[in-house]
Amino acid sequence: MSTTEPTARIPASLRTEALEQLLTERGLVDPAVMDKFIANYETNVGPLNGAKVVAKAWTDPEYKKRLLDDGTAAIKELGFAGPQGEHIVVVENTPTTHNVTVCTLCSCYPWPVLGLPPSWYKDPAYRARVVKEPRKVLSEMGLDLADDVEIIVRDSSSEVRWLVLPERPAGTENLSEEELVPLITRDALVGVAKVQAP
Amino acid sequence: MDGIADMGGTDGWGAVAAPTRDEPVFAETWEGRAFALTLLTMGRVSGQNLDAFRHALERLDRTAYLDDGYYGRWLNAAELMLTDSAILAPGAIDARARKLRGEDVEEPPVPEPNKPDYAPTAAGSLRTVEDAPRFAVGDMVRAKDVSPAGHTRLPRYVRGHTGVVEVIQPAALLPDTHAHFQGENAQHVYSVRFDSHELWGADAESFQLTIELFESYLEPVE
Repeated sequence: MSTTEPTARIPASLRTEALEQLLTERGLVDPAVMDKFIANYETNVGPLNGAKVVAKAWTDPEYKKRLLDDGTAAIKELGFAGPQGEHIVVVENTPTTHNVTVCTLCSCYPWPVLGLPPSWYKDPAYRARVVKEPRKVLSEMGLDLADDVEIIVRDSSSEVRWLVLPERPAGTENLSEEELVPLITRDALVGVAKVQAP
Repeated sequence: MDGIADMGGTDGWGAVAAPTRDEPVFAETWEGRAFALTLLTMGRVSGQNLDAFRHALERLDRTAYLDDGYYGRWLNAAELMLTDSAILAPGAIDARARKLRGEDVEEPPVPEPNKPDYAPTAAGSLRTVEDAPRFAVGDMVRAKDVSPAGHTRLPRYVRGHTGVVEVIQPAALLPDTHAHFQGENAQHVYSVRFDSHELWGADAESFQLTIELFESYLEPVE
């Protein structure tokens, strides 16, 4: 590895500041609008939305049916819609079938229910490898699946977005919808983890 | 294109990063600014669209795509769209950045804007297609073995391979032409299921894979 930075390289942070300044001084962007836009994705649009969808599906069989029939409409019932959520398909993980999602061409992700993607989802290693050796990749991420579990990888190459409905863990039969929500992680909604009982 | 963005099945990336539970949405402040600048200028300022953004990403060289991570590539793609539409002159961002760090730099003049002659026919990407779908659920189809010079959402790793139509998804505008402002050309979209051994050979792990493919990416298998 080289120990010196190439002299031509300008840090992305400084280039971003330069771009914002160039556009702001010409009135092409409004920093206050940017602030609100960023805050929305930092606070409102995140995996808690997806956890609420799953907790409802686990506790309301009619909702679960609607969710698997028409994910977009059932998710909208809870008020979640917006960019990168035009058509969301929900697939159910079971003891014998395990779905895991990826976008090999960029990092497409169902923003209304999961927010912006985490770093590992955008990492070249995940994008490149999960479509070629998913069992190994999942194992590296801490999820060892039994040999008889069929893995289905979902590569999001169009505007269709995938959401995994994970298995409800044993030992949670007496928990309410509200009590289930904090157990449901983003990783389980992408399919690289299972939901654990408390 | 067969660029750096088409990563499916490529080797040499090392181990997958382990997920952490409470990762911040933006690891650094500039990432949020780059995210907002990209999305707030893509249509309204550059006069471009989401597919043109993805095409800008796939046109980046390896350094521009990888070295500053995900939002670094967003920033670089936003710059490409802004310079393509002549909102910014080439080199304008670097010149301003150098000025910001105290260098004596002459900035390029603001060019005459030259946005693409383009307007969407509706919001979003979903469209109605009057013609019936060419393929039915259960049909065997082959992804065309082509190597388009422009934008495409047909990744290399499925080209030439045979799968089965699993679901007919809502029709959508075709990224291949939409990214180049050459029309929406809405098509049927299919989730096609491939067996891992068809894609990666007899020694591959056993699994199934689905991917959404536009009708013109597919040919029938007799």
